[in-house]
Amino acid sequence: MARVLGTSIKRREDPALITGRGKYTDDLKAAGMAHAAIVRSPYAHARIRGIDTSAAEALPGVLAVLTARDVAAAGIPGVVPVGWLLPDLKTPAHPMIAADTVRHVGDAVAVVVAEDRYVARDAAERVAVDYEPLDAVADVVAALEDGAPAVHEEAPGNVAFDWEIGEREPVDAAFASAAHTVELDLRNNRLIPHAIEPRAVLASYDSSTGEMTIHMTSQNPHVHRLLMTLASLGMPEHKVRIVAPEVGGGFGSKIHHYADEAIVGLCSMKLDRPVKWTATRTETNLTDAHGRDHSTRCALALDADGRITGLRVDTAAAMGAYLSTFAPAVPTYLYGTLMSGQYDIPAIHCHVTGVFTHTTPVDAYRGAGRPEATYVVERLMHLAGEATGLGPVEVRRRNFVSPDAFPYQTQVALAYDSGNYGPAMDRALEMIGYDDLRSQQASRRDNGGKQIGIGFSSYIEACGLAPSAVVGSLGAQAGQWESADVRVHPTASVTVYTGSSSHGQGHETTFSQIVADRLGVDPEAVEVIHGDTDLVQFGMGTYGSRSAAVGGSAIARSVDKIIEKGKKIAAHLLEASAEDLEYEDGSFRVAGSPDRSLALGDVALQAYLAHNYPDDLEPGLSATSFYDPANFTYPFGTHVCVVEVDTETGSIELLRYAAVDDVGNVINPMIVDGQLHGGLAQGIGQALWENAVYDESGQLVSGSLMDYAVPKIHNLIPFELDRTTTPCPHNPLGVKGVGEAGAIASPAAVVNAVVDALAPFGISHIDMPLTPEKVWRAVNS
Amino acid sequence: MYQAQFDYRRAGSVDEALSLLQENEDAKLMAGGHSLIPMMKLRLAQPPVVIDIGRLDELKGISEAGGSVRVGSLPTHAVIAASDGLAAHCPVLAEAAGHIGDAQVRNRGTIGGNIAHADPGSDIPPVLVLLGASVHLQSPSGTRSVAAGDFFQDLLMTDVGEDEILTHVDAPALGSGTGAAYLKFEHPASGYAVVGAAASVTVQNGRCTAAGLVVGGVSATPTAVDVSSLVGTDLSDDAIAAAASGLDAEDPIGDIFASGDYRVHVGKVYGKRALAAARDRA
Ligand SMILES: Cc1cc2nc3c(=O)[nH]c(=O)nc-3n(C[C@H](O)[C@H](O)[C@H](O)COP(=O)(O)OP(=O)(O)OC[C@H]3O[C@@H](n4cnc5c(N)ncnc54)[C@H](O)[C@@H]3O)c2cc1C
Repeated sequence: MARVLGTSIKRREDPALITGRGKYTDDLKAAGMAHAAIVRSPYAHARIRGIDTSAAEALPGVLAVLTARDVAAAGIPGVVPVGWLLPDLKTPAHPMIAADTVRHVGDAVAVVVAEDRYVARDAAERVAVDYEPLDAVADVVAALEDGAPAVHEEAPGNVAFDWEIGEREPVDAAFASAAHTVELDLRNNRLIPHAIEPRAVLASYDSSTGEMTIHMTSQNPHVHRLLMTLASLGMPEHKVRIVAPEVGGGFGSKIHHYADEAIVGLCSMKLDRPVKWTATRTETNLTDAHGRDHSTRCALALDADGRITGLRVDTAAAMGAYLSTFAPAVPTYLYGTLMSGQYDIPAIHCHVTGVFTHTTPVDAYRGAGRPEATYVVERLMHLAGEATGLGPVEVRRRNFVSPDAFPYQTQVALAYDSGNYGPAMDRALEMIGYDDLRSQQASRRDNGGKQIGIGFSSYIEACGLAPSAVVGSLGAQAGQWESADVRVHPTASVTVYTGSSSHGQGHETTFSQIVADRLGVDPEAVEVIHGDTDLVQFGMGTYGSRSAAVGGSAIARSVDKIIEKGKKIAAHLLEASAEDLEYEDGSFRVAGSPDRSLALGDVALQAYLAHNYPDDLEPGLSATSFYDPANFTYPFGTHVCVVEVDTETGSIELLRYAAVDDVGNVINPMIVDGQLHGGLAQGIGQALWENAVYDESGQLVSGSLMDYAVPKIHNLIPFELDRTTTPCPHNPLGVKGVGEAGAIASPAAVVNAVVDALAPFGISHIDMPLTPEKVWRAVNS
Repeated sequence: MYQAQFDYRRAGSVDEALSLLQENEDAKLMAGGHSLIPMMKLRLAQPPVVIDIGRLDELKGISEAGGSVRVGSLPTHAVIAASDGLAAHCPVLAEAAGHIGDAQVRNRGTIGGNIAHADPGSDIPPVLVLLGASVHLQSPSGTRSVAAGDFFQDLLMTDVGEDEILTHVDAPALGSGTGAAYLKFEHPASGYAVVGAAASVTVQNGRCTAAGLVVGGVSATPTAVDVSSLVGTDLSDDAIAAAASGLDAEDPIGDIFASGDYRVHVGKVYGKRALAAARDRA
């Protein structure tokens, strides 16, 4: 049989999705379904003096209006918890519905349930909330200033946590004796995830059984069930079923447990009816956890040869008004630990202050911490290339961790299992025609007019989250393994139950490829089930580029167990010893006697008949695995961006984008390329266009797609992609993960390119997004 | 987004639409719905009655006669962009229509709705002002026409009366020796024009005999620039740059993407480039 691993078979998900037959949460209808509309604070910070719901209740068709009082009366925990604890983390309560204080525009204050969604909206407008507006602070730096309005009494100075990694003294010493130093003050702009499908939930409680089924937009249904039952609704976990039907993108935003989904669950319990809520785009932008929002001061020390001797990073990271599910981990263990990049850096210190602000909470968004870290390291490397005179390529090469140094222990906890950084750089230079581009650049500089710039980003990421014991020791309140149940049916077709719940990645296709390849069956004979807590044993879900490396490895393990069991059955039937059996191309064979073999189907059937069967073996042919990885995986690569800058207007045009990524073994090249394309679009979007802007009073002024610029197809160019392959040494598939790489690498590549173009103007930094006006002002100042 | 309750009426003729307007206070006409419906979904507009005029064939024509082009209020941006008649006689209007939104928007939005809505970032208004077009309106008491330069009154405000329907637009055809161009600096989020520069020049025997420049996006209404200094010149780059730098806006509009000052600056640069493009086409 031809190999199916490493081939671009088409996504089996697509026929339904592209013909409009995909069933998303909002497509679902339940008998007796009512609709919820959530009343939200228009203020960033205010005291609630009173809520008058009578006008809303009087509207025909309105079934109920609930406020914080009803949460209290229900006797449920009623909060939205944080799932990652740091030492001395301040964890002020996040009530499902605000009781006396609202802390960001969009904070929920009441919910209306009505017979249809229009009436629900009309009634929501009639809920009269008496607010006493209070001073607010939306900016992460302003929130740390003396006298800044306090977001929570429990968190003096708005400090949620104060965290560091690495050692300060060796870094100070490195700077004291450095031949070259470069430093930078930068902002990593706040982003809104913008999944095309807004968050939605359909909660159906049945008082006769005490059971609730919740269909919702989830990247991790089991995690949602746990948080929903334990912290919000106080229901027994086994009485709640969470189903994620088709999910239209998430990028992290559908990992987190939100107040809204819990509120809708409460409504269903109260009314004993199914209740649906689908966020409007405005609500999505006000309530989906945002990403990034750092203010950072950083510096790099180098010796006379251009070798890095020390790196110092100090970051204020916005948490928003409440701590979202994984929020504290993002700017710490997913950020500070990445500061060594691809480089052998002998001394690193990274200090991070987590800051409450009167804004939408911030949490994991595609890349989660790693784009911010890459941006710091790679912007500094660009400046180091200039300061040392080595240029961007040589300064990187000189500092790459050498291929024979792996496993490489960084100064910031992570131990890189494998890597080979030079070839990716070589290939990128070759693809882009580097020398030729530099001479074009020189002639543009001589002749004036539009300028060309070339920017690099040599990134590392840690993904495939992660050894449970390690993340547990770092504060995670969850394990990070993944489960797979693989069942071979009597007719030798296969069903896989995976905890990696897909939200657009094509898991059904790639996971079927893994099984098909290992078990020697047709991919079409493999069904993949995910996203349902009643069907799937348990699962940690899809985020952190973990599905192939962790979820896929769990599937591979289960297949291996099935083969082992099959060998015993076949050995019995063939009257051979199990040790003498080989499994190849879907058949069990006695080594050395090719005519003595049994097809998988024969063995599967016997496993279920169990008529002629080994005494010591249980019937059936299925296996469950809970795979806990030995380490993170460490994809890496070099990206090169070429831009043209119109210095008269400040407009930037992308000319070329070449990316050489090493994501380990590739299961489906088309899907890997697709992940890179999407990640690149989002990373380039962050660099050039995207920005969540709050005004001083805490209003989100880029709250609609008329103001918040997500990249559109005509803004982008064809990406030039290639790969090197350094398999992950510690998982059975040798895969590493690709979901976030594009978003991690690209912001630095784009900004470095623009800054490179503008070097003749003495410009060394412009904060993202590089809007034409900012560029124009920089050129003219 | 969920709009408030409203009644929907479809007019079978312009006359019926006019009487429906009279009968229903605060009713809104709907052509392509691509500005009205978004406003209703945001509940910025809550008309009790929507009168759909989108299927009135009498408003759909594009024709040319006696040195003038006539465009009904209902041709969509896509129809205008692809019109052979406009390509021959008034290509700059087709060029501007082709820059609007995306294919879906161009297939639904109409020229009449575009100018009646009068968004400052719209692509059509500066072109109509440049051309010296006239806008034709009909009410129960008769018809009237108004110069495009007077039609746009303020942000989202025009000369259309509550009882009036915009029926068509007349614009002089571009004669030989005349080149015109529309250049757009697109907003990365909305796709509307941050700045849209419409320019025309007429050249006879190597000398400029007439020139015009109108810039949209900088102010609430299209801003005409006095480029008469170009008349008599050979339209050198320097002369063009000097003329375009005359763009002046008292109260430029700004947003988080582009401040007023910056828009004026870009207006000058795009004005210059549009004039140069017009020269090259003349
Ligand atoms: C996503 C998107 C992107 C867009 N991008 C652009 C862009 O780049 N450039 C641009 O110029 N425009 C853009 N537009 C606006 C688009 O051109 C609209 O179609 C246009 O502004 C309105 O035309 P309509 O036919 O849809 O009008 P409608 O929405 O039906 O009506 C708009 C207004 O005009 C009134 N009206 C309509 N017809 C008449 C009439 N005959 N007489 C009197 N009043 C009338 C209506 O009552 C209403 O107040 C965009 C719109 C969308 C949705």
